[in-house]
Amino acid sequence: MTMTSAADAGSRAPLLSIRKVAKHFGRNVVLRDISLDVAEGEFLTILGESGSGKTTLLRIIAGFERASAGELWMGEERLDRQPPYRRRVNTVFQNYALFPHLTVEQNVAYGLRVAKRPEAEIASRVEEALDKVKMAAYAKSKPSRISGGQQQRIALARALVNRPRLLLLDEPLSALDANLRRQMQVELKSLQREVGISFIFVTHDQEEAMVMSDRIALLRSGELEQVATPREIYGRPATAYAAQFIGHTNLLKCEVRGGMVRCAPLSWSAALPDGPALFSLRPENIRMTTASTTIAGSVRVRGKVSHQAFHGATELIRVECRDGLVLVVRTPGGGGALDEVELEFCSTDAVLVRESLVRESPGRESLVRESAERI
Amino acid sequence: MELLVSDANFASGSRWLLFHAVAVFAFLYLPIAVLILYSFNREGVGGFPPRHLTLDWYRTLFADGPIWDSVLNSLQVAFAAMVISLTFGVPAALALDRAQFPGKAVFRRLVLLPLILPGIITGLSLLMLFNGMGTKLSLMTIVLGHGTALISVATTEVFAGLQKLDRAQEEASLDLGANYWQTFWRITVPNLKLPIIGAALLIFTLSMDEIAVSFFLIGRDNTLPLEIWGRLRRGITPEINAVSTIIFGFSLVAIVLWYRLRVRGEGAIEGGSK
Repeated sequence: MTMTSAADAGSRAPLLSIRKVAKHFGRNVVLRDISLDVAEGEFLTILGESGSGKTTLLRIIAGFERASAGELWMGEERLDRQPPYRRRVNTVFQNYALFPHLTVEQNVAYGLRVAKRPEAEIASRVEEALDKVKMAAYAKSKPSRISGGQQQRIALARALVNRPRLLLLDEPLSALDANLRRQMQVELKSLQREVGISFIFVTHDQEEAMVMSDRIALLRSGELEQVATPREIYGRPATAYAAQFIGHTNLLKCEVRGGMVRCAPLSWSAALPDGPALFSLRPENIRMTTASTTIAGSVRVRGKVSHQAFHGATELIRVECRDGLVLVVRTPGGGGALDEVELEFCSTDAVLVRESLVRESPGRESLVRESAERI
Repeated sequence: MELLVSDANFASGSRWLLFHAVAVFAFLYLPIAVLILYSFNREGVGGFPPRHLTLDWYRTLFADGPIWDSVLNSLQVAFAAMVISLTFGVPAALALDRAQFPGKAVFRRLVLLPLILPGIITGLSLLMLFNGMGTKLSLMTIVLGHGTALISVATTEVFAGLQKLDRAQEEASLDLGANYWQTFWRITVPNLKLPIIGAALLIFTLSMDEIAVSFFLIGRDNTLPLEIWGRLRRGITPEINAVSTIIFGFSLVAIVLWYRLRVRGEGAIEGGSK
């Protein structure tokens, strides 16, 4: 389902085209060289830590911030020269920003009133929008009288009632508690399918991004690390940062020489040029084994279990091998206490990734921290 | 044991504090209570305790033409001053909140200055200005005096309201298709309604009992405080007590209204950001 819609998305002309957008506040660079296309009907998530520039990018699309460089195009229309009120883009704000002096109904009707639609049309469209978010019963309430989750629905209805071509959502679920959040993730996704409008969803929560998105654009320190479907980005992370940010991983610093990858005490063959290489190996791709025969293409190593974390269905164990190599392995839970283990993984599951360099201050760049420290 | 001792200390300490509170309260309100009480005393301001209560002084007061002229003058002055200070004060507050311009910090302090400046200085400087321009002193000069002196009140009240306003609301309005002008009238102004009404009430009350600035700028027509002051020089009559009681009543109503608006405004903001 997700795969087909993403494939469809690729073939059609993009709805929104972000071209080489950059933003700096004074000397502080917030975004650099962002190019990204959003397809018609696509659910795209901009994922990033706080300070990665994701909200700024959203505000540039909405028109609240002006890009320092680059262009925004919506079809044939140059979007970044338009004021926010001329863009067929609506926003669901992080704290909803409902108008406190207006009732729920008047809040939802606001865009239509300003556009001077006939009253009869306003009434029916508002009713329809409130029905869609299951809030018709609260039409006459003031926003201060309803709960956070309900305010969230009203903010959605208020944006969608204008039939925008693109809906922007700025961490709309971050203020909700965990249960309500999961429920809203599902509702939001099905609502998006129903209305067929493109969504750009901003979040710092990688799980949320995985559950909801057709594609994820991973933003880091103002630069795009990778733009791909959740499956691609998880299975084939492009950079060390992407591999670490989305799920757990083992980052292996290796050396390639003569078609052999070496990361003491591991080694396997690969058609790569000589030099240093970085591999990401997901914990679930490593198995504990007792078999004496080795399958072709598999890599084996022995180690001592130093830590076990029980997660219910699975267990994450930390294994210390020879030469200071530490591997994190996901195993089916319930194995009891472990000591000495034999590990095995398939060399094709080790994904070559680019190093992610940290820009802290000009001239000082360092490698991202080791993944094993995260457990 | 120690606990008991400190408890006793605490109890006596709190008794002292209670006594202190009562004393402060009496110091503040006893004179006003006496003033009100004597407005109903047949023997006038002499004679304690009051023996015969009467409404005679109110009858005299209502028959007193010059007093009512001065009341009317004061009302006119207060209303005009209110309009002037809001007209200049609200845009100043907007500028302070939104616009970026060189010298903004200085501007902000200068706007607030008249609030703490002694009335004598404001009055004297305006008097010199009007003299220099050859303007004849009249109620109009008092209006200008109050208007300028109270701009700072309008600015501070409205600026405080703007600071509490969630800017995301204005962005939401722009996002929903309203241009800047529509957003100002549909979102900003309704959210500033309470601070503006509050400022208006406060300015009105302050202007009604202003003496220092009025004293320098007065022409032929008296405002109420100056009329009262003028009469006091000829001796205190209970009629003055009566008019003061009435003013006290109106001020009380205005201040209670202003306070309730303020509390309600804060409640609405808290509810909204929840």
